[in-house]
Amino acid sequence: MKINSVKIISLLFFVLSAFYLYSAHQIQVFAFDEGAPFNAKTFPIYLGYAGMFFSGLKIVLPDQKPIEVDPTYLEFKKTILLVLTMIVYGATILKVGFFLSTSLFLVFSYYFLGERRWTYIVIFSFPFVAIFMYLLHGVLQVYLRDPLLKYLGIMG
Amino acid sequence: MIEGILIGIKTALSLQNLIMVMIGCFAGTIIGMLPGLGPMTAIALMIPITYGFDPATGLILMAGVYYGAVFGGSTSSILINAPGVPGTVATSFDGYPMAQKGKAGKALAIAAYSSFAGGTISAIFLLIAAPSLSKISLSFRSPDYFGLMILGLTAVAAFSSKGNFLKAMMMCVFGLMLASVGQDTLSDIPRFTFNNMNLSDGISFVLVVMATFAMSEALTIIIKGNDPSKAAKQISLTDLGSIKVNKEETKQMAATIPRSSILGFIIGVLPGAGATIASFLAYGMERNFVKSEEKEKFGKGSVQGLSAPETANNAACSGSFVPLLTLGIPGSGTTAVMLGALLGFGIQPGPRLYQTNPDIFWSVIMSMYIGMVVLLILNLPLIPYIARILAVPKTFLIPMILFFSVTGIYLMSFNNFDIFLMIGIAVIATILRLYDFPMPPLILAFVLGGLMEENLRRSLLISDGSWSFLWDRPLTLCIMIVIITIVGWQMYNSFKKKL
Repeated sequence: MKINSVKIISLLFFVLSAFYLYSAHQIQVFAFDEGAPFNAKTFPIYLGYAGMFFSGLKIVLPDQKPIEVDPTYLEFKKTILLVLTMIVYGATILKVGFFLSTSLFLVFSYYFLGERRWTYIVIFSFPFVAIFMYLLHGVLQVYLRDPLLKYLGIMG
Repeated sequence: MIEGILIGIKTALSLQNLIMVMIGCFAGTIIGMLPGLGPMTAIALMIPITYGFDPATGLILMAGVYYGAVFGGSTSSILINAPGVPGTVATSFDGYPMAQKGKAGKALAIAAYSSFAGGTISAIFLLIAAPSLSKISLSFRSPDYFGLMILGLTAVAAFSSKGNFLKAMMMCVFGLMLASVGQDTLSDIPRFTFNNMNLSDGISFVLVVMATFAMSEALTIIIKGNDPSKAAKQISLTDLGSIKVNKEETKQMAATIPRSSILGFIIGVLPGAGATIASFLAYGMERNFVKSEEKEKFGKGSVQGLSAPETANNAACSGSFVPLLTLGIPGSGTTAVMLGALLGFGIQPGPRLYQTNPDIFWSVIMSMYIGMVVLLILNLPLIPYIARILAVPKTFLIPMILFFSVTGIYLMSFNNFDIFLMIGIAVIATILRLYDFPMPPLILAFVLGGLMEENLRRSLLISDGSWSFLWDRPLTLCIMIVIITIVGWQMYNSFKKKL
């Protein structure tokens, strides 16, 4: 049996299913439900076994069409930077407010992806977000939380 | 039925809904045109917006987006040989050679007319089939529904996973596992929440769809270093040539459209098959039907070779609404997303939808037809302008998709946890995509998870814990035989090729 990335993913899924099955057995059901034909843990238990069965087969059986992704062709740096930018965006959107966090998220994302035309970067961040916010908050009456703009008295 | 159709026409033709169909078709065309982004992403991005409307309007908007995205996928297939969705791969076989000969406008017109005709014929089939099937499905019981749901999952896994049956089944189980997080619907007992209050209501459907489609598709484009606009830079998107179709070509299309429509509709109704299989089968069937001199033209810009898959994939789109509207069981990833949205509106599709919410049932069917008309009269003349979207560089495109995804979840929950969870699921989905783990079975399973558990609960309680409910009723037994045949065939194929 040749170990490849798909096998490793399948193994991880097998472990996840085993953990899921264990957690399913730990679900506390009502005493009167314990011996019932169906209770809150019945379906998850079957799912745990199904997950172990399919991933187990995938691990054991040889691969029909082995897929190997050459990491040298993958853009890890850009992707990781983008994911980190999203995490920071997610962490700041409520505290800093929609306008500033979204605009900065767009500016950094454009830049990390290789955009260097600053006129476009600026147009498609701050003014774009302002128009988007106006349409959403002003026209469609969708509530947008923005403590910063509220503090500055721009948004009600 | 006539009364229902009139209600549907009245609802679909209201000014607000007409505008929604137009916006939906337009937005769908733009998103569907971008290689790598398909109807599921287009609909996923629209869901948060639809929750601001009443259910009929929301669904009409989504139906417009669906058809627009399918049409948009054909456009990128024809113009740059980069199908936006698998369903339009067969379109590129003859559409792209035609565009290379300087007949891009004509190829787009043939695709649009064929889509319109295929959609129209299949909308008529849907009009007839849906109410009849609704009446029949009223006799279905919980064991039948449970069996049908397993059939839907196995069929999607078998037919849409390009030979990766086990991977697709793993994705089904993963989707069901995600669906089981949160309080049990009957007993309110928390499951897999790990004492986190944010998980007690379960994982939002919109979050999972956004993460596994919009976000992970965007991240996949980045990690693979693909540039959707690269191919577009090599052709002129402003000079596409005439969109006029001559008499001879019309005659050729007239012969192709009826048979491809019937085939497409039937394939669309079957769970799991969908637009991709329909378009390939129609292409193959057409090649066998035409004369030998016409056969030679296939792959080099044949009118029939372009018309057949385009007709069939649109007919299949309408066909895929039959199990959704009549049984409440989606047969494809896209209709699964629509089911999730319907449940979000508090509407349970199924045989009773026809009676309890006739306005929704009929207006969705009628809006599909209106969507076709909009595509033809609005999008076709605008194609030279819309096609310029293909030249938008990924440096702007990808951040926009990510922004709309995060904003969608932010507007729904105002919760950091949901955003982090979405990013986490998107990263996992991106890794899985790299190794060809299909995402549609995951979404289908996630949407069906609650319904499956509910029907299994009822079935087991009725049969006092015995699994005999799987073969007690003839209908359930038939469904189980089909499931066993599909699984057995797939397993046999796996073993045969490996031994």
